[in-house]
Amino acid sequence: MTRETWINVASLAVLLGVPLWALMADEPFIITLATRAAIFALAGVGLNLALGTGGLVSLGHAAFFGIGGYAMGILASHAQSYAPIMEAPFLIEGTKSMPVIWLVAMVTSALAALAIGVLSLRTSGVYFIMITLAFGQMVYYFAISWPAYGGEDGLSIYVRNGFPGLNTLVPIQFFGLCFVILCLVLLLMNAIHKSAFGLALSAARQNETRVLSVGLKPYHLRLVAFVISGAVTGLAGALFADLNRFVSPTMLSWQMSGEIIIFIIIGGVGRLFGPVIGAMIFILLEHTLGGLSEFWHVYLGALLLGIVLFAKGGLIGAFAGREKAHD
Amino acid sequence: MKLRSAALAAAMALAGATAQADVKVGMITTLSGGGAGLGIDVRDGFMLAVQQAGRDDLEVVIEDDQRKPDIAVQLADKMIQSEKVDILTGIIWSNLAMAVVPAATAQGKFYLSPNAGPSPLAGKGCHKNYFNVAWQNDNLHEAAGAYANDTGFKNSFILAPNYPAGKDALTGYKRFFEGEMAGELYTKLGQTDYAAEIAQIRASGADSVYFFLPGGMGISFLKQYAASGVELPLVGPAFSFDQGILQAVGDAAMGVKNTSQWNKDIDNATNAAFVETFQAEYGRLPSLYASQGFDTANLLISAMGKADVADADAFRAALKDAEFDSVRGKFAFGDNHHPVQDIYVREVIKEGDVYTNKIIATGLSDHADAYAADCKM
Amino acid sequence: MTILLFIEQMLNGLQFGVMLFLMSAGLTLVFGVMGLINLAHGSLYMIGAFAAAAVAAATGSFVLALMASLAAAALAGALIELTIIRRLYDRDHLDQVLATFALILIFSEGTRWMFGSFPLFLDVPKVLSGPVTLPGGIQFPAYRLSIIVIGLLVAGGMFALINRTRVGIRIRAGEADREMIAALGVDIAKLYTFVFALGAALAGFAGALVGAIQSVQVGMGEPVLILAFVVIVIGGIGSIKGAFVGALLVGFTDTMGRILLPQIFALFLEPSSAVTVGSALASMLIYILMAGVLVFRPRGLYGVA
Repeated sequence: MTRETWINVASLAVLLGVPLWALMADEPFIITLATRAAIFALAGVGLNLALGTGGLVSLGHAAFFGIGGYAMGILASHAQSYAPIMEAPFLIEGTKSMPVIWLVAMVTSALAALAIGVLSLRTSGVYFIMITLAFGQMVYYFAISWPAYGGEDGLSIYVRNGFPGLNTLVPIQFFGLCFVILCLVLLLMNAIHKSAFGLALSAARQNETRVLSVGLKPYHLRLVAFVISGAVTGLAGALFADLNRFVSPTMLSWQMSGEIIIFIIIGGVGRLFGPVIGAMIFILLEHTLGGLSEFWHVYLGALLLGIVLFAKGGLIGAFAGREKAHD
Repeated sequence: MKLRSAALAAAMALAGATAQADVKVGMITTLSGGGAGLGIDVRDGFMLAVQQAGRDDLEVVIEDDQRKPDIAVQLADKMIQSEKVDILTGIIWSNLAMAVVPAATAQGKFYLSPNAGPSPLAGKGCHKNYFNVAWQNDNLHEAAGAYANDTGFKNSFILAPNYPAGKDALTGYKRFFEGEMAGELYTKLGQTDYAAEIAQIRASGADSVYFFLPGGMGISFLKQYAASGVELPLVGPAFSFDQGILQAVGDAAMGVKNTSQWNKDIDNATNAAFVETFQAEYGRLPSLYASQGFDTANLLISAMGKADVADADAFRAALKDAEFDSVRGKFAFGDNHHPVQDIYVREVIKEGDVYTNKIIATGLSDHADAYAADCKM
Repeated sequence: MTILLFIEQMLNGLQFGVMLFLMSAGLTLVFGVMGLINLAHGSLYMIGAFAAAAVAAATGSFVLALMASLAAAALAGALIELTIIRRLYDRDHLDQVLATFALILIFSEGTRWMFGSFPLFLDVPKVLSGPVTLPGGIQFPAYRLSIIVIGLLVAGGMFALINRTRVGIRIRAGEADREMIAALGVDIAKLYTFVFALGAALAGFAGALVGAIQSVQVGMGEPVLILAFVVIVIGGIGSIKGAFVGALLVGFTDTMGRILLPQIFALFLEPSSAVTVGSALASMLIYILMAGVLVFRPRGLYGVA
């Protein structure tokens, strides 16, 4: 095993071990924090396919995170009030079932990613960063001013949605669910990385001309990556909304997009487990620094700065050395 | 962020490590970022009352929500699951309150709101464990509508940001105002330039302007309005004329009428002592938010004197009685646990170098909110 | 709407546009020359406004306040360029985004630590405080007219600096080929420090000017940052001309959208939903404009391919 693999295994072990310890020690809040880390990691893993492998720096992924969240909020609130979402031409009712909600969240955010991607991928570099930001802001302002689902107040769900065979209100069970999903998505991403598609996508990032010359279309490769990436981030959004039993436009803000990027950069861009480590570190910092001082953002800023300036390739890069040569 | 007042820590130390605090309060409020001024005022007002009560059986845990709903939810989980608090309080913003309160009260915790009063929590979504010590969101705007009638305004131009609290604000004004609407505008949340809106106002033929633009938006609007040469009388809720931001608005606010349930010149002994001790302790005049924090703590302390928090029904009844000396003078809860109180009209004046307010009229007396009828507890 | 009101609103749009140009001029300069995405641009804007407010409170002079804003922001800019920013020129945009995002956190909370959590007071000078009457009877605030004039002067000054001076030649040469001009003996490090400090000073100056009619508070830089990015991306990054055109375009679109959209929807919707839909669309309008421009011109209006 390479050193990076060891780090990856260790990070999953920590992410699983801490809540198990918390269960023994009767510290349910630590489990909640770990769940939060797992969900943020999932959002980051989604973005990392576009950002790390595809080289598409999207500053609008909060849109997909939020759309996933609202998919959960809208479905569950209709189920809660027994009011169908629409009656004609055919009946659509709300639901409290997680698998259905996840499916809807992924499909809607994938569709949104398709629409945004088709237009945004005409640009590149900084312009791509900014056009994704623009689309993110559009969705954000739409959510704030649209009164039907709470506007800026957001939507509260009183009881967490259900999963067959589990009591999701028990923190450790909900954590387990999120952890399993994260692992499955990591496996999927690993497979994508190694597939012909993943290699071509990576190649399009490194040298677009060569990819063109072998007859592949970088635009299509990137669009597919962007859509998958949006769908995974949307799934994370649905889980996040269920964790908080609440969804609001804050999930759609550009700061949220920035935070997802931060998870990736802390851990290491393009590393499969980068966002996992990044999200864990971020939650840890947020939790411990917040207790130190009212002005804890200063320390957070200084730490981030240190990571960018001195730990090139993120923490995984710093500890595991440079990426192994592509096979 | 854990800040326990020094006096409290000292009292606990004196009482020895064995003395377990009987009532534990979790305060979630905004202490960093743009809206921090409001949270700091609520916290300082609350802690002043706690300190003055000098009880060693009351512990307060304070955390910063950064004005983010998901952080607030997470902190509420932490307070309930790890800190095992009995009572939650402190939230400034309606959207954060909507995220935290329903879940907290459903888990059997008490929530005392020192600021936000979103309409769902006053009506259909009311809860027996939720007490609002400040106001229902519409209240100050309703009083402004009533004041506009009393003054003889016939044609108002109204504006607010395009979000739920903004819509509640204009609905509140219209609920009481009997005149015509010269115009109604919803601005972008966070907008800082109002030249186009002011031009609309000038052209509208209105005889008065009502605006709800909290925080920096209000400061920008007032400065730009004053420079525009539009002379129409301006009315707003207290939020844009509060002690914390008046100094930043300066002359542009002079003479403007605004509605508030509190002012530092309300004539009662509790209020006089509050204003004096607050100034002595923190070196600044108390704001509306500080007064609400102070009242919230005193309400809690009065209930602690009458019932044990472990006996939820008795404690709830003690809270409902609201037998404490409010800085507002009289204070009572309606059936939906929201205040029934007088709302005053204030005018911005200058005392020496300091801009502040004085009460010039009563807008509405013994005013309850419009949603109480929908509340089934 | 009368013709006169329409003209007045066009004037407001122009004024807002010029204000946006002031806010974004420094950003596009730094971006164009060094290829650096500086998210901390909004923080420098805030530093300028706070320095101005502090000096105005101490001395009562608006001119001194403006000078203080230039000096403080330039100093802060030079300081972070020397310590941090210069390590970022060779990095990709992602590292730049994160590092300058970290700077936002440090500057915001640092400012709050120094000045407290309450907004500060900064007023327009007495001579410019009222409105003036323009031909046709339009009343327009004198201070806003001055902003238009100052903004045009700054735009002219920047054109002249880039196109007519020795420093400008070096800046343009640096944009084109960094290694070459270093080889020709130009101290590129010093040049970059200068350009960054200049960009920072422009941001701080805009903060002081605009802060006088808005609110001087922590966090005031973030909405400005987003607006400035919208402007320079529409115009084409690095182009002063593009920033100017972009700023005016955004200024007009936003102002007219805010006013006209609710009225247009009122033609075929009932009043309350017309206001809701119109306002919602108005707040999204500049982003729609930006996306639209980029879809048809992926490098902005005046960007080089």
